Amino acid sequence: MAELNTGDGGGKGKGGKVRSKKSNAKVDLTAMVDLAFLLITFFMLTTSLSKPQSMDLGLPDKNEEDPKQKVKVDQRRTVTILLGKDNKIKWFHGLLDTPEPNGAPASAVYGKEGIRKELLKRVVSIPQTIGDKDKGMIVIIKPSKKSTYRNLVDILDEMAICNVPTYAIVNDIPAGEQKLIDEMNK
Amino acid sequence: MAKVKMSKKATSIDMTAMCDVAFLLLTFFILTATAKVPEPLPVDTPSSTVQTKLPDTDLAMLTVGKVDGKEQVFFGVKGRDVRIKTLELMAQKYSLTFTEDEKAQFSLVDEFGVPIEGLKQLLAMKGSDRAKKGVQLGVPCDSLNNQLKDWIYTARQANIDVAQKELKFAIKGDAKEEYPQIKKIMDMLQDQKINNFNLVTGLRGKDY
Repeated sequence: MAELNTGDGGGKGKGGKVRSKKSNAKVDLTAMVDLAFLLITFFMLTTSLSKPQSMDLGLPDKNEEDPKQKVKVDQRRTVTILLGKDNKIKWFHGLLDTPEPNGAPASAVYGKEGIRKELLKRVVSIPQTIGDKDKGMIVIIKPSKKSTYRNLVDILDEMAICNVPTYAIVNDIPAGEQKLIDEMNK
Repeated sequence: MAKVKMSKKATSIDMTAMCDVAFLLLTFFILTATAKVPEPLPVDTPSSTVQTKLPDTDLAMLTVGKVDGKEQVFFGVKGRDVRIKTLELMAQKYSLTFTEDEKAQFSLVDEFGVPIEGLKQLLAMKGSDRAKKGVQLGVPCDSLNNQLKDWIYTARQANIDVAQKELKFAIKGDAKEEYPQIKKIMDMLQDQKINNFNLVTGLRGKDY
């Protein structure tokens, strides 16, 4: 096959003075195989890894016909997160005017030391205070006009990391919250 | 006396067969790997920890990014048959005609960002010229001339016609894009009762 034997047989003649060199011209394929497998690995990985990740997002149906049909939820379960510009966040637990204990409007940052700590704490504590396992935390995300797409994805990611059972993106911002946002966006 | 002859076994293994197999596989992977086409609107997607992959078929991609400092939207559908059907339906709607050649060209376009009136010109260009700056300036999507809405609608129709499946939508936004622009696109989709869509993201670890 890939052997190129040139020198055998020639040198065995008795008394032959002309001894051809016994060079075995078999090519060492090890390096070639190494290279081939390296490339295979590369192409295998790049074909599957180049596919982009995606995040599923389901939004509630726009119910413009009767906006009164809004669901009322227990204020103890809701955590509202306001997204401002320059990666700022304000959040509160409960209602803005009557927040839950330790839930007064506060600033936070993205990431593990910031909003995630609060969310993780409340994901556990809320069902306990309600006394019903199925009634977990509801996070209301309100992106302001100055927030970026990255902020939105980051906060949705936070929801996925903290296993928040229910969350929604809400676009109508009442006057009180708007004030908070204006303060933050200053 | 019989001499016990040691059989002279070669210590090196014959690599030929292995080499053959390796190169066969290599050829296969190189051929199946699709060459990355330069995107007409490169965007820097935000990253997330979510591990779900984007589907390969029945997908329309809406790319939101900045061209010359202005927000623009690019549109693209997966699947060549669906693309042709979409173009035919759009041509009907805007009373334009496209030749078979142009349709074939269009079926190879991953993503475009021109008004439909300028599509003929774009298709006449060479592939490498299309990604040049200033050639594609976005699909019109303002209230006066909302072609994007029509593209979305016809693409859905086309996908149902061709694949008998509901088209899924993915939004690929630039990380620095402001929320109102993304919301505009989401609203546009929601106006057509598409409440579920994918956001294209990069990958990162949980520890940030």
